[in-house]
Amino acid sequence: MRIGLGFVLAIFTGALWGMIASVLIGIALTMVTGLPGTPVVFSGIVAGAASGATISFRPAALRSRGLAIAAFFITILALLASALMMPFSLPLSQAPLVQALAIALFGLSVTGGTWVCLRGIEPGANSRYKRETLLVRVFRGIGFVFFTAIVVLPFYVMVMTSLKSQQQLLLNPMDMSIDLSQGPQALFRSYVELFTQFNFGRFLLVSTLVSVITVLITLAFSIPGAYAVSRLRFPGRDLLSRSVLLIYMVPAIVLVIPLYAVFSQLGLRNSLTGLLIIYPATTVPVALYMLQGYFKGLPPELEEAGLMDGLNRIGVIFKITLPLALPALASVSLYVFMIAWNEFLFAFMFLDDPAIFTLSRGVVSLNSSEVPRQHLMAGAVVATIPIMVIFLWFERFLVQGLTAGSVKG
Amino acid sequence: MANQMPAEHGQANQQKQAEPRRRKGLGPMAKKEAQLAFQMLLPTFAIVLAIVLIPLAANFWISFKPIKLADLRPPAPVVSERVRGDMGVAGEEFTVEYRLRGSSQSKPIKDIELVDTLPPGVTLLALDPACTANGNQIRCTLDLLEIGERKTLVLSVTGDTTFSSNPVSPRDSKPDISGFAENVLTSNEFTLDNFRRIFSATEFWNVLWVTMAYTIFGTIGALLFGMFAAQLLNTAFVGRPILRGLFLFPYVAPVIAVAFTWVVLLDPFSGTFNAILVRMNLVENGINFFGQRMAEFNFFGTVVPFPLALSSVIAFEIWRYFPLSFLFILARMQSISSDMYEAAEVDGATPMQQFWHISLPQLAAILSTLFLLRFIWTFNKFDDIFLLTGGAAGTRTLTVDVYEQAFAVSNLGAGAAVAVVIFMALLLFAFFFFRFMNREES
Repeated sequence: MRIGLGFVLAIFTGALWGMIASVLIGIALTMVTGLPGTPVVFSGIVAGAASGATISFRPAALRSRGLAIAAFFITILALLASALMMPFSLPLSQAPLVQALAIALFGLSVTGGTWVCLRGIEPGANSRYKRETLLVRVFRGIGFVFFTAIVVLPFYVMVMTSLKSQQQLLLNPMDMSIDLSQGPQALFRSYVELFTQFNFGRFLLVSTLVSVITVLITLAFSIPGAYAVSRLRFPGRDLLSRSVLLIYMVPAIVLVIPLYAVFSQLGLRNSLTGLLIIYPATTVPVALYMLQGYFKGLPPELEEAGLMDGLNRIGVIFKITLPLALPALASVSLYVFMIAWNEFLFAFMFLDDPAIFTLSRGVVSLNSSEVPRQHLMAGAVVATIPIMVIFLWFERFLVQGLTAGSVKG
Repeated sequence: MANQMPAEHGQANQQKQAEPRRRKGLGPMAKKEAQLAFQMLLPTFAIVLAIVLIPLAANFWISFKPIKLADLRPPAPVVSERVRGDMGVAGEEFTVEYRLRGSSQSKPIKDIELVDTLPPGVTLLALDPACTANGNQIRCTLDLLEIGERKTLVLSVTGDTTFSSNPVSPRDSKPDISGFAENVLTSNEFTLDNFRRIFSATEFWNVLWVTMAYTIFGTIGALLFGMFAAQLLNTAFVGRPILRGLFLFPYVAPVIAVAFTWVVLLDPFSGTFNAILVRMNLVENGINFFGQRMAEFNFFGTVVPFPLALSSVIAFEIWRYFPLSFLFILARMQSISSDMYEAAEVDGATPMQQFWHISLPQLAAILSTLFLLRFIWTFNKFDDIFLLTGGAAGTRTLTVDVYEQAFAVSNLGAGAAVAVVIFMALLLFAFFFFRFMNREES
């Protein structure tokens, strides 16, 4: 087994991991601890390359645990040596424990990542299959890191900003650490102010009320409609079941002007009644579409048996169809709840009176130069948490709802 | 409904094979069934008609109207009441004056009626010819109040001793006034000015370009990222459910929350992301991602201009909607039979070959459907750009333009005209959509 192209690829793989790890760990160190560090990316690359070289020094079948441990220490040594003992541009005496942890994490992630990528890859010549496998592994690795970072970073910043004070934010925008020593009162001051001075308790209540009522109205309208489309025959049924989705493609912004004009004249504009007319109208078509798809999948024999046994249609729907369709009802309800909870445009255009603001509208009212940013972020957190709790709790149903609802954006 | 029956029979015959369990087309039974179906669909029809279809039509109507935001408050007569003379002396004559004018600068007001009650103890001496009295109740009518015209109605009255010793001003009872003015919304006045106005503005063509760029890049970007993410989670491993949930966060969270988070995160002065860039020595000063129209890239000596704010907005769009594509593509990928991959593996196909020749063809249908749906929805998107930039710095799309024209410039008619343009574009998309669906089904 000669050393060849595989060895070079291993060095590149390691260097890539070294670069990614050094940037990410460096940024994370700065954000979590507030230390003003900058990762030395060059050393990261050197250390990663050393890691790759060490691992790839042995043929794939002969790599032992001892080699992994050796690679780990070589990586760390290469990092420290090439960065002149300051891998994060900070003297190691500053917060030594955290830095040691970060360096260990670096060694672990670079060695681990490179090790996994190089599994089965020989130091010498490799088949095309193996080369592509290595490429796919590297891309997968980058993908995991990339997607996790782009999703986590905004939400992390949202939560952390809401826990800071104005001075802390201006002093170091990168410092996203929590200072637990100040006590919960000071830590959650933005939230306390939102609920005491900005009326967010009420917004939360209004949002919940509006969303729940929207769900109820939507179900009341769409269940009979979906049943009719899926079980009863009437002229134009196919056209209807298809054009339902077309209705759904009409953008809200096109409807806003006429609805604004008419609702203003009817006195419905600045009222929750107005919203509770509009929200179901926008959700009924998609709820109907989702439910009819599910109803069609239920065996009609059960309903026919019910009809034989003397139930009328209403009885069949309530006693047979709906109990069978409970999972679909849950999906539709959660999906509609999410739409109503997150709705922004109509709430923004129609509501002027702070007593009936929904959370979306309330958060928008925080977006002014007079309200500090941490309040805005705290408002965003308050609006996000309920929907996230529901999402995580009922993920299966909501994912079904999203998949069936398909088109809404 | 009876005359629709033959058509239904034909349809029923066609469907007999597809749905053998269904009853044969029985006349009266089918009729009853259809009637029940329509009853059950009635609420849906009603609400969709009232909130979606009629407003759509009304939008066309408004787009031909010279209507401003202020015109929504209908013109009404305004009255101010004055008392001249001394009320404190019994038997002394004093006058009550009603000064009337219209609230609108553009519409005359017709059929005005004013009703007021004089305080007890006050006797009418003389009455304006436009007014009649019934006891202490005064009723005045005017046929017309021209634009800018002011009219004064004068009553001359006197008080008795009880009144004079403790005078109650007639002004304390507010006069009721009503009038009728032509409402621009319902009048026969039409104009093409709105369309002329939007099409003649050079800005408009720019808006069209921005809309197309935003829609195309946003859609394709979200699809590609969704596909990438789906590839990652297609194999089972520890923590996959957690990552799947995490990847859906951007889509599930309220738009206001994530949009403002991005604004805070990318703030040029105090944003974390810019702080990171500066700390990494990638830039000298923070970049105003959402505020700078054009940035210049120095690419090996050639300076490449680059629409910065638009790109940032597109990046947000991709970030927020890749989860949706991800969800669909993942669901489709997991339904591809593993036999094919095993066979390919035996034949020595490399991972890339497996992706190109097995996965991609299987995903073609879902990818094209997703592209169409996402294209339409991205085209329709308003909230995201409005919250991120407000349409400034070269990010104004058609939907944001509707808001700008109708509510920022207060020209409802022009806003409706832009909305009509959007609707026309959507009709075009819907046409392609239907043709595509038909092809898929056959």
